Amino acid sequence: MAADIDHREVVPSLARRATDSVHRFFDGDVFYSFRRSPVAMAAFAVTLLLFFVAAFAPWVAPHNTDDVTTLNLMNARFPPWGFTDPFGTEGVAQFLLGTDDQGRDILSAMMFGLQISLKVGFASVILAAVVGTALGLISGYVGGKLDSVIMRIADIQLTFPAILIALLIDGTVAGLLPRALHQDLKVYVLILAIAASQWVNFARTVRGSTLVEKNKEYVQAARVIGVHPVLIMIRHVLPNVTGPVLVIATLSLALAILTEATLSFLGVGVPVTQPSLGTLIRIGQQYIFSGEWWMTIFPSLALVVLVLAVNLLGDWLRDALNPKLR
Amino acid sequence: MLAFIVQRLFQAIIVMFVVGLISFSLFQYVGDPVNNMLGPEGSIEERERLRERLGLNDPVPLQFMHYVGNALQGEFGLSYRMGKPVDELIVERLPATIELVFVSAIIALLVGVPMGVYTGLNRNSWLSRIFLTVSLVGISLPTFVIGILMILIFGVWLGWLPTFGRGGVVDLGGWQTSLLTLQGWSHIIMPAITLALFQLTLIMRLVRAEMLEVLRTDYIKFARARGLRNRAVNYGHALKNTLVPVITIMGLQIGSLLAFSIITETVFAWPGMGLLFLQGIAFVDIPVMSSYLVLMALFFVIINLIVDLLYYAVDPRLRAEHVGGAAH
Amino acid sequence: MRLSRFIPVLAAAVAAVLATGADADAKTFRYATTGDILGLDPHSNNEGPTNTMKGNIYGRLVHRKPDLSLVPDLATDWSRVNPTTWRFNLRAGVKFHNGNTFNADDVVYSFKRQTQESSEMAFALASVEEVRKVGDLAVEIVTKGPDPILLLNMPNFYMVDKEFMEANGAFEVVRGAGKTNFANLNPNGTGPFKIVEWVQDNRVVLAPYDGYWGKADLETNVTEAIFTPIPNNATRVAALLSGEIDLMYPVPLQDVPRLDADPNVKVLQGPELRTIFLGFDHWRDELLDLPGTGKNPFKDVRVRKAFAHAIDTKAIQRVVMRGASTPTGLMVAPGINGFQKDMNTPYAFDPEMSKKLLTEAGYGDGFPLTFDCPNDRYVNDEAICTAVVPMLERVGIKVTLNAQTKSLHFNKIGKTEGNNTSFYMLGWTPGSYDAYNPLQNLMTIDGKGQGAWNSGRYNNARVEELTDMIAVTVDEKKRNDLIREAFKIHYDEVGHIPLHQQALAWGISSKTVDKVWQRPFNDVDLRYVVMK
Repeated sequence: MAADIDHREVVPSLARRATDSVHRFFDGDVFYSFRRSPVAMAAFAVTLLLFFVAAFAPWVAPHNTDDVTTLNLMNARFPPWGFTDPFGTEGVAQFLLGTDDQGRDILSAMMFGLQISLKVGFASVILAAVVGTALGLISGYVGGKLDSVIMRIADIQLTFPAILIALLIDGTVAGLLPRALHQDLKVYVLILAIAASQWVNFARTVRGSTLVEKNKEYVQAARVIGVHPVLIMIRHVLPNVTGPVLVIATLSLALAILTEATLSFLGVGVPVTQPSLGTLIRIGQQYIFSGEWWMTIFPSLALVVLVLAVNLLGDWLRDALNPKLR
Repeated sequence: MLAFIVQRLFQAIIVMFVVGLISFSLFQYVGDPVNNMLGPEGSIEERERLRERLGLNDPVPLQFMHYVGNALQGEFGLSYRMGKPVDELIVERLPATIELVFVSAIIALLVGVPMGVYTGLNRNSWLSRIFLTVSLVGISLPTFVIGILMILIFGVWLGWLPTFGRGGVVDLGGWQTSLLTLQGWSHIIMPAITLALFQLTLIMRLVRAEMLEVLRTDYIKFARARGLRNRAVNYGHALKNTLVPVITIMGLQIGSLLAFSIITETVFAWPGMGLLFLQGIAFVDIPVMSSYLVLMALFFVIINLIVDLLYYAVDPRLRAEHVGGAAH
Repeated sequence: MRLSRFIPVLAAAVAAVLATGADADAKTFRYATTGDILGLDPHSNNEGPTNTMKGNIYGRLVHRKPDLSLVPDLATDWSRVNPTTWRFNLRAGVKFHNGNTFNADDVVYSFKRQTQESSEMAFALASVEEVRKVGDLAVEIVTKGPDPILLLNMPNFYMVDKEFMEANGAFEVVRGAGKTNFANLNPNGTGPFKIVEWVQDNRVVLAPYDGYWGKADLETNVTEAIFTPIPNNATRVAALLSGEIDLMYPVPLQDVPRLDADPNVKVLQGPELRTIFLGFDHWRDELLDLPGTGKNPFKDVRVRKAFAHAIDTKAIQRVVMRGASTPTGLMVAPGINGFQKDMNTPYAFDPEMSKKLLTEAGYGDGFPLTFDCPNDRYVNDEAICTAVVPMLERVGIKVTLNAQTKSLHFNKIGKTEGNNTSFYMLGWTPGSYDAYNPLQNLMTIDGKGQGAWNSGRYNNARVEELTDMIAVTVDEKKRNDLIREAFKIHYDEVGHIPLHQQALAWGISSKTVDKVWQRPFNDVDLRYVVMK
């Protein structure tokens, strides 16, 4: 390990630092606690599985529901395999979880929907994390007027629930852009809207940690010898906030997925022709009375399992990174 | 005390100012009232005359003053849809939302606090474990899925409860309430539970965590050592101490309840403000959107103010700090 | 306040409520459909549910009964003075809801108001030259030429109170977003019901008008009617099953068996006279979706034909409509005067031919297209549109579906936004039950009162000419031949793509509703609702 340390002092590259933290992770407490927690391991496995399914949807999905030209109306409303619907139609193995009102295979549609949900969720969390962390760093490190301006904005925004902010941004963009353009840019508007409702959590946490780190001796020493503030922030402060940022990012991902699903359910989400999980639930909901429950229930289940797994993971991560709570 | 209140009031005013500014710019620039009132076929002279009449040629700060002045008098302009004054629309819808949020908050508190206390005191009982697991699921279930499931079970399969609207309302001097009839209650119960579930689990987990924390403190240990009975310790001392954060969170969560009522109202066709706002978004009805924003901000600010004051009243440490002149 | 002190207050309030609820004669009729009415100005909108509501509130000279026969309403009798002049004698002692007396001046005023450019109802009086007052209680209607169907259009001629409208400066039929139309919010008619309140998207409450002239002969015993828009199909069904409402329409097709099986609910089904069709942008030189190309593919009849052959109307009927529709090749339904049975063949489903036609026209690689569709107006409208998308995609068209609530949809494809559409869905029931009505409203554009909903501005000189002739031809055989010719041209050059006639399905609570008349118009006329 000694050579490693020498090396690092010569070339303080971020990549090296990253591999190092991976090593630390597997050697350290966190991984130990992970192996001790069956819940965390199960949650991790489920999350990983869902990510995999979403990422490789075009290859693993039994039908390519993303391409509407493959839809056959005659396949509409098959019940799941082994079930019979109230009108006497029997499910077929070809459509394991049944089909929707347009002949779309529910299982495949869920996989593609999962992809959209995760895409929007990840993109918005990454955006929120980057912006929030940067603002938090600046706010904490620079302090003074800039700090209070950023934090007041955060305060004000914190009074408004995420869903409201997302709705409002979406509505405003709809008013600014022509309708067709708005439809095309819908996914990006969604990402922006959800990210805008989430950056505050990152900013606040990072600012808090920055304030603590800022006054540590090594940081002050670095300052005295004239290291550029940006470098100090990246090299010394940032690594110390990765833990909390990771926890917030995980919990935010769950929230972002929920927010996207909710917006889609409310009909202001992604276009109907590219249904996310929320859209699938909204469409299927019309059919619960007639006994065609599978169109709603399966996408709902997928959404709940995904969010629950990510939440559990985030919960465990928070406890694992915070020894006080153990 | 006074300084504290003044400081909070000042903050509240700043929030309202900023929100007012946002909503004003929405109204003025996104909506372009002239375009919306005249349509594409209006002539240039007509436009100019209307601009003059609406005061759109005044300097922007003066226009903002006008806007604030009107808003203070409860005038938010005309809805783009039917040309109805927005304040009338809001007054029609407000009672429905307030009642829904109120009932949900009560449910969340009445169920959440006892569950939290129980799980806090009986950490390892099987019931506690069930409560905790259920609460995690509760947090991960989207509101609309809960709503749909409830409709499916209680509305369709069992047929016990109505699934839409408010049912018969009683007019109490302009306030249309559904809380005075059995039928009204049968309508509100499902949406209210749906809306409350998330807050309920939140409160339960919070109370539990606080109870665990407080029970570990020396002060409780001393109380026990003094020979006070468990009951007195648990409820007289421990619970009392957990209530401070619960009040804060509950206050803040009323804001969330208001926001999430948008979803609940959609699922149950509950004729409240949330539905109005959502339809406003669908129609790009800027006056409705901007006034909803202002109204929500006002609610949030008032709630936060009350929470702050309650907090101040309940927590002696906070008072001591301020008496001592310490600022944060 | 302590709970014990609160209880008596609550109890008293509950008692008060129960007391009012126990009124034995109160017959509240609660009914629901998919969307809210568009407004209460009788001369502004021409839309099914809105017209139905207007019919409860406003009087017409002639009333159309559920069996489609015409009976006197505000006119007691009428006669043809000469080929172009009709005389209507007005009913004496009729009062508007505000107490004003109805007279000939109101008829003249209503004529002027309804025939404004901005009125969607102008079509009903397009043949009328002038309305003359010939006495306090008599008017003469002078038509431009002999009009064989003047009487058929009279149930669409709504009477407003001149004094009331003038006092409120409400002559102009104001339309469009952000504009206040006084009459939309302040109805004042002579009809059997008056508006108590209208809370938008929530409910319209009506009460019988005590001063209604025909009160003695009125069939209905409803003392209060509450109309509720419930867009969500599942919620609407649940509301009926739980007894929250007494009637709702349309019954979602998937729920018909379930409702039929319920002992407390009756499903009333019948054919509807509404034709659902798709329309093209015929007039822009450049398609909205092809900016900068200077091309509008729909100007080429081959492209329109390709679209017609790409759509599988049978699959839509079988799957989306669950059998409850009749695929059609004509713009009018059987039962409409002028329907041509032998011409009613839907375009054959033939995607290969579509591709060939598109290639011939130079669009072998297809083109992008926005498809405008309502999602709360017709039976399964959004589902039909979603089903059409893959059919068009398969022949190469890149479709973006824009499904939205009906008032936004109608604004977009209608005149309010200057027919801002390239490809759209619309449904039409001829208000006069005569083929002239769709020719006038959907298939021509020239004259006054024409082309109100010809959103793609389909324009054929011969069809225009024929339509003008049909308007003034009294001889039935000759008139029918003219209609045939016009329909043939329209069919051959694919002016629109007719999809089907949807079926009517009303869900009725058999516990509370004694009798209700179902007109093929798919509307609930409160005059004929009898409660148990």
